Amino acid sequence: MASLKEFRNRIDSVKSTQKITKAMQMVAAAKLRRAQESVESARPYAARMGAVVGNLSHSMTDQPDAPQLLVGTGDDQTHLVLVASADRGLCGGFNGAIARKARELISDLIKQGKQVKILCVGVKAHEQLRRMYGDQIIDVISLREHKHIDSNIAGSIATRVLEMFEAGEFDVCTLVFSKFKNVMTQTPATQTLIPAAGSLDEPAELPDLGGACYTYEPDEEEILNVLLPRNLSTQIFQALLENVAGEMGSKMTAMDNATRNAGEMIDKLTLQYNRKRQSMITTELIEIIAGAEAI
Amino acid sequence: MTDKLHFSLVSPEKELFSGDVDSVTVPGSEGDFGVYPEHMPVMTTIRPGAISVMNDDAERRIYIIGGFADVTQEGLTILAEQAVELADLDPAKLAQDITDAEEDARDAKSDDKREAAEENLDTLRSMQDAMNA
Repeated sequence: MASLKEFRNRIDSVKSTQKITKAMQMVAAAKLRRAQESVESARPYAARMGAVVGNLSHSMTDQPDAPQLLVGTGDDQTHLVLVASADRGLCGGFNGAIARKARELISDLIKQGKQVKILCVGVKAHEQLRRMYGDQIIDVISLREHKHIDSNIAGSIATRVLEMFEAGEFDVCTLVFSKFKNVMTQTPATQTLIPAAGSLDEPAELPDLGGACYTYEPDEEEILNVLLPRNLSTQIFQALLENVAGEMGSKMTAMDNATRNAGEMIDKLTLQYNRKRQSMITTELIEIIAGAEAI
Repeated sequence: MTDKLHFSLVSPEKELFSGDVDSVTVPGSEGDFGVYPEHMPVMTTIRPGAISVMNDDAERRIYIIGGFADVTQEGLTILAEQAVELADLDPAKLAQDITDAEEDARDAKSDDKREAAEENLDTLRSMQDAMNA
């Protein structure tokens, strides 16, 4: 039987754990609000960009000299999977869900006999994937030193992907990230980044031009050459922002649960502690009374 | 058809402006052009410079760096990498930034750094020009 002191120690340690989880929950809640704002304010740009790309690709996809970024290399043998996850743990099933999604995708591709390369953005996915696909992982980009996700980070990742694409290191690029729906729900999602035409779920609706012809200045090809790389970094940026918001949401929920569990544990331990104390007092009393009667 | 132009200016971080205006002058890469309501559809890249938004005889000038202008039947959309309201800029601070940038360009140790500093300097100078114009 544990002594009273042991009970007291356990209660104390659970209490301090509860304090930590409570603090983490509040920090996550504050960060979540900011992250949510930035996701929402970044959405119009990404949406517009998508619309413009969709618009342009309509007129370009049939042409033989369409940029490779748009229509692909004509091959799909080598896949680059960009796995974006969080950099820290203690956020429930968030990283696990992303890693699972990535694993499904990768094993599917491998079954089809494709060659797969993995680029991890955020260390947590790397930790989970390296056991199974250690050889395929080409690099890990940690976001830990960046306090705040800005478009430059996304830009540098996009540049890296573009360099690899131009060097012919892969044909198709897919991004795995977590879509932020609300605080409770984040759904892991995949998105095809290259070829860009493949990322459009349905043919973008053409704006009603009223019979007029679109004028491109300079020509379509030059615009696409500028637009497509920017589109890539925009999509990555958007995904990173969604991830941050999702991570914080998930962390808040996880820490809320942890705090509640700690509370329950404290109640249970306190009850046990009190029972023990009472039974000890009762035993002592019985001993005294018995002793007095014996005299 | 309305006699106002729907104009929205978005940067990667947020939507900076959205609303109806009389006209917008855009520094296209092939030359400045004015967009009025019912302009024909145009898609163009933008060189760094100030756009001027006219509404009810009031002018707002916003300096934008890099991006696209897309004119459709619904209106004008500008996707800018960076955008700064010229009225918010402080001439003294800008002059100071230019001096700093000049120093950076002079003291740069590697070619890469010098190039970056010079680019920065060009941007700041053209910002100053736009403000004085």
